[in-house]
Parts: sequence; C-alpha cells; structure tokens
Amino acid sequence: MTTQNLDSLYQEIILDHYKNPIHAGLREPFEAEVHHVNPICGDEVTLRVHLSEGERAPVVEDVSYDALGCSISQAAASVMSELVIGKTVPEALAIHQEFLTMMQSRGNAEPDEEVLEDGVAFAGVAKFPARIKCALLSWMAWKDATSQVLAQDKEQR
Amino acid sequence: MDGLLPELDVLRKDFPILSRTMADGFPLVYLDSANTSQKPQVVIDAMVDHLERHNANVARAMHQIGAEASAAFEEARDKVARFINAPARDEVIFTKNASEALNLVANTLAWARGPIGVREGDEVLITEMEHHSNIVPWQLLTERTGAKLRWFGLTDDGELDLSNIDDLLTERTKVVSLTWVSNMLGTVNPIAEIARRAHEVGALVVVDASQAVPQMPVDVAASGADFLAFTGHKVTGPTGIGVLWGRREVLEQLPPFLGGGEMIATVTMERSTYTDIPHKFEAGTPPIVEAVGLGVAVDYLFAIGMDNVKAHEQAITGYALEGLASIGGLTVLGPKTAGNRGGAVSFEIASIHPHDVSQVLDARGIAVRAGHHCAKPAHQRFGVQSSTRASSYLYTTPAEIDALVDGLEYVKKYFRVSSS
Repeated sequence: MTTQNLDSLYQEIILDHYKNPIHAGLREPFEAEVHHVNPICGDEVTLRVHLSEGERAPVVEDVSYDALGCSISQAAASVMSELVIGKTVPEALAIHQEFLTMMQSRGNAEPDEEVLEDGVAFAGVAKFPARIKCALLSWMAWKDATSQVLAQDKEQR
Repeated sequence: MDGLLPELDVLRKDFPILSRTMADGFPLVYLDSANTSQKPQVVIDAMVDHLERHNANVARAMHQIGAEASAAFEEARDKVARFINAPARDEVIFTKNASEALNLVANTLAWARGPIGVREGDEVLITEMEHHSNIVPWQLLTERTGAKLRWFGLTDDGELDLSNIDDLLTERTKVVSLTWVSNMLGTVNPIAEIARRAHEVGALVVVDASQAVPQMPVDVAASGADFLAFTGHKVTGPTGIGVLWGRREVLEQLPPFLGGGEMIATVTMERSTYTDIPHKFEAGTPPIVEAVGLGVAVDYLFAIGMDNVKAHEQAITGYALEGLASIGGLTVLGPKTAGNRGGAVSFEIASIHPHDVSQVLDARGIAVRAGHHCAKPAHQRFGVQSSTRASSYLYTTPAEIDALVDGLEYVKKYFRVSSS
C-alpha cells in the first residue's frame, strides 16, 4: 500500500468522525437492540433502533450505539447514524444500498455525494479488502435491528 | 548485541521473501512470525523436488516412486522425532495443524472407554492465556461429556496464577491442557512443575507448544507432557501439517480419531480393526509433501541449534521491549523483560486502535498483527479488546526493531496523538 492510498483510506472526514462521533451512546426509547461482532478482528457494536409510524412509511427516529473498534468502524457508525436518522426506512435502506455498492466496487464506483454525504469519504476503504467489514459492521447491525422492529410490528398487527 | 545469531545477513539470504520490496520502496520488515514463519530456500526446494521427482501416494503404492515417497514421508517423521527428542518415532503423529492435534486428543478422550476417558463429573483444567485452539476443543469435550471446565487465572504481570493450584488440581482433574509459550503475552509457563503436580493427581498433561517449538529447545521426554502439539508453518515449514506427540502408553489407550484408509488393520462388513500408532491416527492420504518440507525445516533449525535460536530471540525481544518502552502512551501486555519470555510482544497505544496502527505500519512495509490473536479471554483479562503484536524470529535484525519503533512514532504523528 502506498502512502497516497493510506491518505485515501484515512480521509480527514473519517478521522473527524472517529474523534468526535455523532449520536454515540445508547439511548431510550428503542424497539430493538442488536450486538454485532466482526469475528476476524473482534470489533463490536451494540446498536439500538427507534422507529415511529410515519405517514407513508416508518421513520428512523433514533439510532444509538456503543461501538468498540478501529477508526474506520467507529467513523462508519457515526456517519451511518447521521445519514439514516430522520429518514423513512425505505429511504434509509436506499442509502444503505448505495453505501454497500460503493464498498463492493473495489474503489471503482462514482459514489453519489447527494445521497451519501460524508459517507463518500469511505470510497477509499473499498480498496482495502481487509477493512471493508469494518465500514459495514454498524450498517449491518442497523439493518438487522430495523428488520427486527418491522417484524415485531407485523406480528402485532 | 550479545546473543544474536552470527552472520545474520547471510542467514537472511536463506529466506528469499525477506529481500522483497514493498509499496513505496520500503523493504519488507516481517514482524509477524508468531502468526506464521517465513520459509528458507531449502524447504521450498525440497518440496518442489519432491513434487517434481518423487510424487506418489505413500504406504500403498508398490512402484519405485511410491517407495521413494513413503521413505521421504517416514524420514520426515524421524527428523521430527529427533528434533523434539521423542523416545520413539511412532509417537510422532502427523496432523493438519496444531488445532487438529489438540482436537484429536480432546475427541478421543471423550470417546475412550476405560479409566482414561473423560466422563460426567470429571474436570478439565486449562488457562486464561490459551489460544482459542486450546480452549474450544475442551469446551466441546466438557459440554458433550458433562465434565467441568476449569481455568488457571493470570497475574497482572501476565504470568499464570498458581496460587490456587491446590484448589484447581484435584482427584477429579482428568486433563490439564496449557500452552508452553503464550502467543499473545509471550509468557513462558513452568510446564515441568505443573506436569509434576498434575501427575500427582493422576491427570494427563497436554501441552500446546505451537509457540515453544519454534523458539526454544523442546525435549518432549523431559517436558513432563503426555501430549504435545505444534504446527509446521511456525517452524519454517509449510502450512497444512502439524504434529501431535504422545506417550505410547497413552496413545495406545485412545480410540481412533478419524476413520478411513491407512488407519486400519482389516475391514469387514461387520467391523474393522485398527493398525498401530502412528498410522492409527492418520486416516486418509496424509500431507506428504508438507511432511517432507517440515522434515527439512526442523533439520534446518537443528543445524542452527535451538539454543542459538533461543538466545537470538531473547536478544531481539529484549531490544524490542527497550524500544517500545521509549514510546509515550504505549503499554506492553505481558512480562516486561526478556528473561523468561517468548518473542511475541503485544501492546496498546493510547487512543489508536490496533487496526489503525498496523495499517499505517503496513504502509511502511512493516508487517505486524492486529486484533485478538485468537486469545480473547486473555485480552479480556487485561481489559483490552485487541492489541498490536510484533513477533520476531531467527531472521529478525535489530535494524528491523528500529524500523518498528520509528514506524510507531510515525503512527502517532499520523493520528495526531501527542508524545506524552
């Protein structure tokens, strides 16, 4: 890996989110809590999701988390929560899909900054196969927790 | 520096990979030998030569090259037996790796009839510093049999806490399984003393020597162990082959592990009978060329002399501990002096995650390991989720340790951590 690549991995935005994570800490209320680990490195995240009904679709009211891990995984949790809070679940899932596509692109994607905002800073991570899981850990946890809430809602109806 | 192997630059030429140049023109600084060691040219050549000229299946091919392959495979067993001073060559069993060797023992102890078998109410004693490969097989064994798993704790210095040994080692203890040298903390455990105590209560002693056999003279006969496991790829040999040594009387009381070709005396539709050790435990076509490579690898180390390898490791580890101590905010996990210590040094740097440490070191050609090193309970014991580990070997130079120390200062600068 070259130093140039290293700087593309550790973008300023990522280091900023790492040092000052947004929405960090576990909060009430929440409908589902999940715990995800990356078995390869031991990084872990406990994540809570609070959804509200919304007019047309459920809305992500809050995502709170307690993350242990490297700068990439911590910054990803911060950026993810910032991106999805306040969106409807379908909108948030679409952002998740955009992020996933970028991470699986081996660094060749042209990420949409309109959609991903600070998330575009992770484009460089896609060039480091060993680090992709770090960037995806909290996203996977969010998706899991959200689908658990939706499943509960379905059962109750 | 006292203790270094003589003509280190000449010895390094035996390992072709060490002359690689990495991205941005940095020379490779390989400090991940506790993970896997690099291979000398003689091992690579021996494996290529075997595949080019002597490849055949072993023990059953009736042709000339079959005889050559069988002889090469069994010669490797002789070389390993000599290297670890096994009382008999038949006590050396080839496995896939150290994990399989340990699983072999744990499984067959569950299946064994007679007094050697582990049953409900029995106890198995391991330690908090084990690699997962010496934890999970015993968890599986105790879950399946209803036996109880008990643990030696660790002191704050990273040594085994033997203060409650009388409470832990009782008539109920059937097995004591422990590592000789910790892959995370570097601690060297007093195997002979623990074995003596374990034998007093009639327990079997299993030693994970994966980190010991590469870096110090290991004499299985004098060790006090009943079983000893290690893996080929950490002793300059190839992956895909490990070794289980066991005392003949004990091995003969155990049932087979895997069933298949090579391990039988005769097979009928009603039942099978099994051949003698070691082949009783070597079902199927074994890793033949890997055994050949391992045999040459241990001969290579034997020629250098394991006392000399140990002295080199201690000198380099001492130098590394000194260098790391000079870095502000860095904490070494485990013993702080090289005296009774292996060559793996794990550490944390305040407010920089190990992944980020290793990623930035890698950009300067320095290869270390970051994570839990398959020793999660040991990390938990010291209240850390993961660590960075630098591990040396017989080819490591003081200049490479300097590169590591400089690299770590660069890491701190990169992440803007102040030098306090």
